[in-house]
Amino acid sequence: MSYDALPGFVGLTESFGETTVTIDAARIREACAFARDELGFAMLVDLAATDYLGWGAKGVSGYIATASGRDLNFPDTQGLQTLPEVKPKRFSVSYHLLALRQPPLRVRLQIWVDDGDEVPSVVSVWPTADWHERETYDMFGITFDGHPHMRRILMEDDWDGHPLRKDYPIGGEPVRFSDAE
Amino acid sequence: MTIAPERPVAVPAPYEGTRIPLPVPTILPVPEDVRASDDILRVNFGPNHPSTHGVLRLIVDLDGEKVVGLSAVIGYLHTGFEKTMETKTWWKCVTYPERIDYVGYQNNELTFVLAVEKLLALEVPEKATWMRMLLCELNRIHSHLIFLGTAALELGAVSMFWYCFRERELIMDLSEMVAGQRMHTRYFQIGGLAEDIPEGFYPQCREFVEWMPNALNDYLTLLDRNKIWLERTKGVGLLSADDAVALGQTGPIARASGVDWDLRRDQPYLAYANVDFNVPVYPEGDVFARYRVRVDEMRESTRIVDQCLRRLERMKGRPWIADDRKVVLPPREELHTSMESLIHHFKIVTEGFRVPEGEVYVPIESPRGEQGCYLVSDGGPKPWRVHFRAPSFVALEATATCTHDALVADLIAIVGSLDAVMGDSDR
Repeated sequence: MSYDALPGFVGLTESFGETTVTIDAARIREACAFARDELGFAMLVDLAATDYLGWGAKGVSGYIATASGRDLNFPDTQGLQTLPEVKPKRFSVSYHLLALRQPPLRVRLQIWVDDGDEVPSVVSVWPTADWHERETYDMFGITFDGHPHMRRILMEDDWDGHPLRKDYPIGGEPVRFSDAE
Repeated sequence: MTIAPERPVAVPAPYEGTRIPLPVPTILPVPEDVRASDDILRVNFGPNHPSTHGVLRLIVDLDGEKVVGLSAVIGYLHTGFEKTMETKTWWKCVTYPERIDYVGYQNNELTFVLAVEKLLALEVPEKATWMRMLLCELNRIHSHLIFLGTAALELGAVSMFWYCFRERELIMDLSEMVAGQRMHTRYFQIGGLAEDIPEGFYPQCREFVEWMPNALNDYLTLLDRNKIWLERTKGVGLLSADDAVALGQTGPIARASGVDWDLRRDQPYLAYANVDFNVPVYPEGDVFARYRVRVDEMRESTRIVDQCLRRLERMKGRPWIADDRKVVLPPREELHTSMESLIHHFKIVTEGFRVPEGEVYVPIESPRGEQGCYLVSDGGPKPWRVHFRAPSFVALEATATCTHDALVADLIAIVGSLDAVMGDSDR
């Protein structure tokens, strides 16, 4: 399968046996329509965003379990600090596509956006994207341009902030009916 | 790993006659002419209603008894599992996935464990693989039994509930025997199983395998020619194959709409390539087809359990967890005698082990459809991002499409047949 023809194609990486195709964020809708109609990816199985704020800010040291070097006595693997690869922008949005054929084919289309960027909605390509995009908006504050019903889905409508952002504190919600009241 | 023989494409891409509502695919809008009649009653169905299987809320517009508008509201059981897991070490995270889909708990646990093992490139002993398969199939039967019992109960077949929960109890007993707990076992570990399979498990599971086909015949006798059941399920809640694919439906819902797709056969994980089973597919796309798919699946799952059991009986005394002290806790008894074991134990429990940097998406066939786990690791001892592709979340997107021309009584049957677990959908 050749992915070069996808509109907005930026690059392709293979890791852990999975294919990730990076797409220009502005052209994701065209790319998805192309993937569905020309490449046969009939189904959008999942849409997931990730916040990379603070990614690589601190080196991680300690107990190493790598694919190749889990040997205790393997040189250079004990407690060395490593920094993860730099990411181009703050958020990634991953579209996991599936071709219902034999053998099955899966690909991850990935776009990179910064806080405040709008992403073209793919609801017109796959109706199932409706709730996935609403969840992404709810949890990360990424808005989808052209979505017919862009509002929160899991949190309350008047909720402050977007919980899955890295700068959103865990346990940060106000406690109602506490002793102080 | 063997791949099933060449088959034609399951579903044609372009299609006409879609019933997915516009402009919002998940909201059934009230037609203008009906709205003009000014005789619409808006009813809140849920979030606390005995037949919504949890805290699903449907806002229903009724014209007499006809459902003319519908939108589903979820989020009442949002627990922030994905956020919480970012703050726990990989080893401690295993507890959470089970609580997400609390009916298909074993399958959820498997997704997460498989995803971490993929990042670690960790080899799992054969015995653990087969035992995982056995427990996942038992869990599938358990989940379908709960569907059948509750869905039938809501349509008036009260006795079905007791029959289904009678067999469910047998599975709970097996679960308790293996893991010490009836549900949420945390029996799967990264690298294998928490403990060896107890000796008494084999005969008791064998009894279950021999008993289950009779129980399934009982269910069919009670329901399959039951006039009321047929009237209330046949032709109700229609979903075409094309709509099912466009709406991302997988699992029993898709197979009841004629989409011949099962990850266990089409993208085998664990050892599914080495067992013999059929994938039931019904083309009707109604509530009755969804019921039949699940009953047939219970029969097939029983066959798989039987085959797993035969294999496992020959694997007694073999290791059940990977021998990798960097990831797997050392055996308890070694802690008293071995300094290295004590260090390993201490390091894994306090600091956790590190997982190589990268991102993976691991899908499995849970009782509700494709259950996926998307993991991002920065190479540290805690996950950077955990996301679950929840089949219930996606199934509920189809409510609006299924309730075209439905009556308010059909709504109960339709919501029941989608078999959504709210913990799964809201996470």
